[in-house]
Formats: sequence, C-alpha cells, structure tokens
Amino acid sequence: MAHVATDRIEPFDVVVVGAGVVGSAVARLLSHYDLTIALVEAGPDVGTGTSKANTAILHTGFDAPPGSVEARLVARGYALLRDYAPTVGISIEQTGAVLVAWDDEQASTLTTLRNKAQANGYMSAEIIDPVEVYALESHLGPGVTGGMVVPDEHLIDPWSTPIAFATEAVANGCVLLTNAQVVACDSGDEITMLHIVDGRRIAARFVVNAAGLHGDTLHRMFGLDGYTIRPRRGELIVFDKLARPLLQRTILPVPTAHTKGVLVAPTVFGNVMLGPTADDIDDRTATGSTRDGLDGLLAKGRRIIPALIDEEVTAVYAGLRAATEHSDYQVSDDAALRYVGLGGIRSTGLTASMALAEEALARLQSIGLTVVDRETIVSIGLQPLGEATLRPYQTGGRIVCHCERVTADEITAACAAAVPARDFDGLRRRTRALAGRCQGFYCLAEVCALTGWPVDR
Amino acid sequence: MNLADRTVIVVGGGPSGLSAAATMRNAGIGRVVVVERERQAGGIPRHTDHLGFAIRDLRRVMSGPRYASRLVDIAARSGVELLTETTVTDVSGTGVTLADGTAIHADSVVLATGVRERPRAARLVPGDRPAGVFTTGSIQQLTALHHRQVGRRAVIVGAEHVSFSAMSTLRHGGCETAAMVTSLPRHQTYAVLRMATATRYRVPIHTEVDVAEIVGRRRVEAVILTDGSRITCDTVVFTGDWIPDHELARRCGTGMDRVSRSPAISASFETSRPGVFAIGNLVHPAETADLCALDGRVVAPSVARWLMGGLWPHAVAPLAVEPPIVWAAPTAVGVTLRVAEFVTGRLQASVNETPVWTQRRQRFVPNRAIHISQTVPVGASLSLVRGR
Ligand SMILES: Cc1cc2nc3c(=O)[nH]c(=O)nc-3n(C[C@H](O)[C@H](O)[C@H](O)COP(=O)(O)OP(=O)(O)OC[C@H]3O[C@@H](n4cnc5c(N)ncnc54)[C@H](O)[C@@H]3O)c2cc1C
Ligand SMILES: Cc1cc2nc3c(=O)[nH]c(=O)nc-3n(C[C@H](O)[C@H](O)[C@H](O)COP(=O)(O)OP(=O)(O)OC[C@H]3O[C@@H](n4cnc5c(N)ncnc54)[C@H](O)[C@@H]3O)c2cc1C
Repeated sequence: MAHVATDRIEPFDVVVVGAGVVGSAVARLLSHYDLTIALVEAGPDVGTGTSKANTAILHTGFDAPPGSVEARLVARGYALLRDYAPTVGISIEQTGAVLVAWDDEQASTLTTLRNKAQANGYMSAEIIDPVEVYALESHLGPGVTGGMVVPDEHLIDPWSTPIAFATEAVANGCVLLTNAQVVACDSGDEITMLHIVDGRRIAARFVVNAAGLHGDTLHRMFGLDGYTIRPRRGELIVFDKLARPLLQRTILPVPTAHTKGVLVAPTVFGNVMLGPTADDIDDRTATGSTRDGLDGLLAKGRRIIPALIDEEVTAVYAGLRAATEHSDYQVSDDAALRYVGLGGIRSTGLTASMALAEEALARLQSIGLTVVDRETIVSIGLQPLGEATLRPYQTGGRIVCHCERVTADEITAACAAAVPARDFDGLRRRTRALAGRCQGFYCLAEVCALTGWPVDR
Repeated sequence: MNLADRTVIVVGGGPSGLSAAATMRNAGIGRVVVVERERQAGGIPRHTDHLGFAIRDLRRVMSGPRYASRLVDIAARSGVELLTETTVTDVSGTGVTLADGTAIHADSVVLATGVRERPRAARLVPGDRPAGVFTTGSIQQLTALHHRQVGRRAVIVGAEHVSFSAMSTLRHGGCETAAMVTSLPRHQTYAVLRMATATRYRVPIHTEVDVAEIVGRRRVEAVILTDGSRITCDTVVFTGDWIPDHELARRCGTGMDRVSRSPAISASFETSRPGVFAIGNLVHPAETADLCALDGRVVAPSVARWLMGGLWPHAVAPLAVEPPIVWAAPTAVGVTLRVAEFVTGRLQASVNETPVWTQRRQRFVPNRAIHISQTVPVGASLSLVRGR
C-alpha cells in the first residue's frame, strides 16, 4: 500500500508534494479526515532533504522576528511537537539553552533579545552575568561577557520526526509515493494533473507544495511567483559521545540578521554538535562539506568549548536552508488553482512543522476543501532512538552496531516497517546503525549480511 | 588469600585478551571470564586473511583466522569462560556492567579492547558523502567474512603496513587500486611488502599530498588531492591512523596519554585505577598481534601479584617523550614508540637529563609502531639523538 506505482486518474482530494518534515506533517494531519491523500516525494524515502541535516533543536521561537508568520508558527509548532513527540516515540529532551555573549557589544544586545523574547510571548528568558554563565557551563572558554538562559529549548530527534508523521499518515490511508519527482503540472477547473519524472501522472483536487529547496520551482509550475530560493548551506560537525559531559545544555551565540550563528548542542543520541555555518550558494544539491567551513567551525568551537576540539569527530554533514529574498516564511494559497504553498521554510521548519500543517489545513478549507473527521484515527508508535529512554539493547538482544548499540532485531524491524528503510541512509535514520564513531569499521559487513544489501545501497 | 578463589574479567577476546586469560588460568587464578561482544572471539585476526601471525608468541607462522581460532582453543583448554555476543558498558576495579545492566563482580579487570582506524569523518576530509568510503577493517570483514564485492577501482589513503594489506584485500576481492596517497615524503612499510603489492600491481604512490575532497553524489566518482590532481575511482579506503577503543577506559577514569589516546600504563600494565589493567593495542596502537598476545602473558603475573595483596603503583603516567617522538608505551618486551618524521638517530632514555641507556643508531619511520626491546626506568624520558 505504501509504495504503489500509480497512474491514477481518479483524483486524490489532496496531494502533498515533498515528504520532508513539513510535507509529512501536512499529510499526517490531513489523514485524520475523511479525505484521499497522497504524499509524493522525489527522493527514495521520507526525510532525505533538509529535514535530515539540521541542528535538531525544538526552538521556543524566542528570537524570531515578532509579528512574523514564522514567529507565530514556531511558537505554535513548538507546543504541538513537544506534546506529540513522546506519544509516538520521537525522543526529546528539555536541556534548555544558554545564549552566550563574548564581547561587550554582544552583551549589550542581551536586553534587546530578552525584550524580543517577551514580544514573542516567551517570558522565561533571563539575563545572567558571566559568573553565572560559568556556573552553568564550566567548560566554556575564557572571555564570556554575559548570557541569557532560555530554559525551554529542547533537543529533538530530527530523523524520527518526519518518519513518525509519514508512518501515521500511511496508517490512516495516505498513499506515499517515493522516487516520484513532480516535473510539471496542468491545472484544470477541478483537477490538477501532476506529471512525475518517469511518466506517471497523479491527479489532485488540491495540491500542497512542501517541496523545500524546490518550492519555488513548483510554485512557478503553477504560474505563481513571489520568491526565489537561494540555498544557505550549513555545515555541521558531530563529536564523539565522550564529549557529551562537556556541556549541560545548548550553547547559543548572539544571533545576527543573517544567521542564528554557530552553536554547540548536545544531541538526543548523546553526541555533541558544532555548527552550522551559513554560506549562500547556488547549487541546490551541494550538501558536501568544505575545508574552509570545517576549519572555521573548529576555530569557533575552540573558543566556545576548548576541550571539545580534542575529542574525536564522529560525523560531518551539511544541510541547505531554503532561504529566499524575504526574511519570513512564504505561505500562500490560491483558490482558483486550489493550491497552498509552504515555501521558504528555512531554519525553523522542524519546530514549526505541525503548525505549518494546521496552517495548510486552514488555508485548504478557506479555498474550498471541506473536511469531515475520520471515525477512528490509527495511532502509531516508533522505538525511541534517544539516550534518555530505555533502548532495546538494555533488555537483551544481539548488538550489531557496537558504537550506537543497535540490535539485530531493530535492523530487521526497520526494514519491515510500514514506511521501511530501503537503503543504509534510511536504516541509519531509523535505528542509528552505522552512525557511530567507527562509521562501519566493526559492523558494516554484518549490517550488509543482515539486510542483504550491497555495500553501496 | 588464595588465587583459586579469585575472579578476573577480561574485556575483549582478541589476541591480547585471550592470551592474558589463558595465562592467568595457568597461573592458578580460579575464575577467568573473557567478555567479547562479537559472535566469535579472536579479535582483528579473524578477518586478516593472510600469513604472518603467531610468530613471536606461538613461534610459528599462521594466517589470521587460524591464529584467532587457535588462541580461542588455547583459552578454552585452560578453563577460561568465554562470553560472546556480550558487551561490557562500564568497568571498575571491582567488576563490569554488561549492556543489559547485569553486574559481574571481579577482583580485577583487564581491558583488552583493541584499536580501530579513524574513519573519513574523524579525519575531517571534506566533500560529498557518497557510498564507497571504507576503512581496512570494514573491507577485510566484507571480503573475508562475507565475500562481498567492495568496488572496482580504489584509492587507498595511507601508505603504512596496513595500507598495503588493504591493497591485497582489495585485489583478492577483485578491486584494483588506482593509487595510494600519503602526506609523508615516502611510504612507511617494509620494502618487501611494498614490492609484493604496490610495485607488483604497478600502483603509484602519491607522496606529500592529502585528500582535499571526495567527489560523487551516490557513489564515489573521484578524489581530488591537495596538489589539484583528480583520481577517478569508485572506492576510497582510509587506512591506519589508529584510535584505540578507549571508551571503557575513559569512562572508568584511567589517566590517558593525550597523544596516543590510550590509557597510560605502568611497565606491568597497571592503569591509574587500582584493579584495572590495560593491554594490547588499546595501549600501543597499533602493534602486531603476536606482540599483543605477549602483553597478555606478561600481565598475568602482575594481576596475580595484585590479587595476592600486592601494592598498586601510585603515579601511573604516560612515558615522557621529546619530539620527534610523539608517544611511547610499555609492551611485554620493552617499549613501543612512534615518531613524527623519517629520522636516523639513537634512542636514549634519561633520568634528570642523565642518560640511562642509549640504543645503537637506527632509522625511525613515522606511522609505524617502533618496537624496542629495552625497558624504560620509572621517571625516565625518551629522546632521539639525531645524526649518523
Ligand atoms: C543547518 C541547518 C540547521 C537547522 N536547524 C534547525 C533546528 O535546530 N530546528 C528547526 O526547527 N529547524 C532547523 N532547521 C530548519 C529545518 O531543517 C527545515 O526548515 C526543515 O527541514 C524544512 O523541511 P521541509 O519539509 O520544508 O524541506 P525538506 O526536508 O527539504 O523536504 C522537501 C522535500 O521535497 C522533496 N521535493 C522537492 N521537489 C520535489 C518535487 N518536484 N516532487 C516531489 N518531491 C519534491 C524533496 O526531495 C524533499 O524531500 C535547520 C536547517 C539547516 C539547513
Ligand atoms: C585493519 C587491521 C589490520 C591489521 N592487520 C594486522 C596484520 O596483518 N598483522 C598483525 O600482526 N596485526 C595486524 N593488526 C593489528 C591488530 O590490532 C592486532 O593484530 C591484534 O588484533 C590486537 O589485539 P588486541 O587483543 O589488542 O585487540 P583486538 O584484536 O582488536 O581485540 C579486541 C576485542 O575486544 C572486543 N571488545 C571491544 N570492546 C568491547 C566491549 N566493550 N565489550 C566486549 N568486547 C569488546 C572486540 O570485539 C575485539 O574482539 C591489524 C589491525 C587492524 C585494525
């Protein structure tokens, strides 16, 4: 059911294009109503775009531009996802954050930032002096001039979030099409025909554009205009689990207009992350890392937590933010085209995803979609991947991936799931297998044997 | 006090752990348990499918897999209990904790968790992240244990012993080597090993360059070197650049050598945590397997001494070294050290600047575990007197 190869002229009520965290959240919410839904994804799996390469923080939205669409949706999305995550096995941890100023100029902006937080309805941010900052985070480098505590920032498992949404959508009847890039569309009076790369077609009454980095391309296929995406690359370094005791909470920099800046954050998997960089580039597929990017991160990291740089690096990756010429999200609808666009969701889309889904639903209704509650909604549960809850290896089972302590049963289960792992990347995001410090030195061969996959799957 | 009432747990069933366990049983220690996380004990030699093992400990020449099963047999015959598919998650001087939370009490613990190669990410090699990037350890297992095809055309990063061993493994698995790349001015293995592999298969060795970038979206397409050259390949194997599996050691708080990242040990393998010993390539990354096995034999009497109420040495610290020596650590038969460059000179041990001994002149090769059959007195520092 999950992967029908369709040339279906019978229209779906809604087709959601893009199975990142945003599109998957939309499909999940729509699947709660008596509608026929398809989630159409160009990649081989859900969550293979920007949604798999971010800093994995569930933001309170304290620093969003007050009054913006983003500020509203991040605040709402934060509350929704914080409450939803534990019910389906998405790991979250409330570590809080401390925003650290490193010179007098930065220290002088703390009051502005606190006022901004309050303007966003976030009242718990508190300015502290350097002594208090060091009392909270004793491994910070010298030169702290002040700080602000944001106790409600959370860590979240970014991989499981879109997978949970898509799994719930599929459990409630949504059709998931992968390897299905939409390349053209014909909008008729009642039906929009979407053309898929391999010649398949799919008909929709309503279309939601959640195509992330390619959102503007799809937008233009509908004859619409208004924004152009210019990717802003963010490179990240993940440090070994032995670095985890070096910090208690997320260490944020003072943000600039261009970027939230380089942070150091724990991950729910027990590692420490340093990044991201922010480089405007033209290639929407350039998710590689660069010498300059990595060297720059190490230099910044050495200032923030000097001891961090002595620890081993486990992984390096880069994600592309769907930045546009505007500073806000580009959310739009068109009644004549029966179209809702969720564009320019650049650096907070993981947090805002469930609120963006509500927004999409409200806009679909405003342009003529009528919805009726489904009689029963099937709920789902994933095995939590985080370190804060019990992991399967702790109750027995044969460990295959030693660095991340993943059992054989978890690997088999991930390959047989309703939204299954189809390659090593998908397996890594569903189980953590191969994501650890040895990067396959010990277990790659065993994982190949268990899955039956060739080494380059 | 009676050795027969005592329990020792050995963490890791490679050559060092298995030999330690067998020797401790033979020395009269009542219960010796080897805990090994893999399905089979034997450690790295299980998948180093070529000759050259067992020379110094068993005094014969065997293949890696035969050597591994031989060591398992010897341990079993000595009455060692072997727990496989069992992971230790924490250790102390009085026992270990297993992955499922079970605590096993012991009177002493021997860490023998070995060494791995730094993978690509740990070396911060930029570029795309395609499939086709491996370490020697993973390609050995893929070919020797699972008979898998790795690729068709490889670039090997590194030119030390294990890099040439990787070349043979690739060759046996039907993958040609396009080039070898080393940041040093020359390869770092024995001339014979080079002749038998790189020369024979006509593989160029690019010296004094690093990999600047890996190219390829799904599968590796090429590597770009720091001199700007581009080598077409579908496989990259990162070799050597050892990192000890030191997680348990660090979690239990043993003092560490900051350079080798091994737990610091005394000449009789005590760490700074009373009751916790460390041996094998965990403490001297990376020596040959037979030398690791000899560590196991030498640690046994020192464990027995501790169990009989012996004293724990009070300041266990890394051996002091001067550049170009980067680190040095005791072994069963002397000391192993590493240097940062090709250099000829005499190795000297001094206490308070006064030489205690000076070795005869020799050539030192970087990226090699250089093994010296002489012990270093407590408090001594090692230096190299350069020159012909
Ligand atoms: C470095 C970095 C750090 C970040 N940190 C955070 C953070 O800490 N917290 C937070 O909340 N957010 C963070 N973000 C932002 C967050 O990751 C993104 O906003 C979010 O992932 C966007 O999700 P998406 O679904 O819109 O896009 P994507 O995940 O890119 O999904 C879009 C999907 O659409 C598919 N697609 C595109 N075109 C087509 C087509 N024509 N046909 C079919 N399918 C198509 C793509 O294949 C892709 O899978 C960060 C982003 C980056 C880059
Ligand atoms: C790729 C590679 C190729 C090599 N080639 C050669 C060669 O050709 N010739 C040669 O002489 N030497 C070679 N070596 C050196 C090799 O390390 C030694 O041969 C020898 O295996 C080291 O013995 P050891 O006992 O110290 O460690 P290992 O052999 O590595 O054994 C350590 C054991 O500990 C286990 N372990 C680790 N952590 C835990 C835990 N938490 N709980 C339970 N068990 C655990 C591991 O599973 C492993 O079995 C090679 C090494 C590598 C990595």
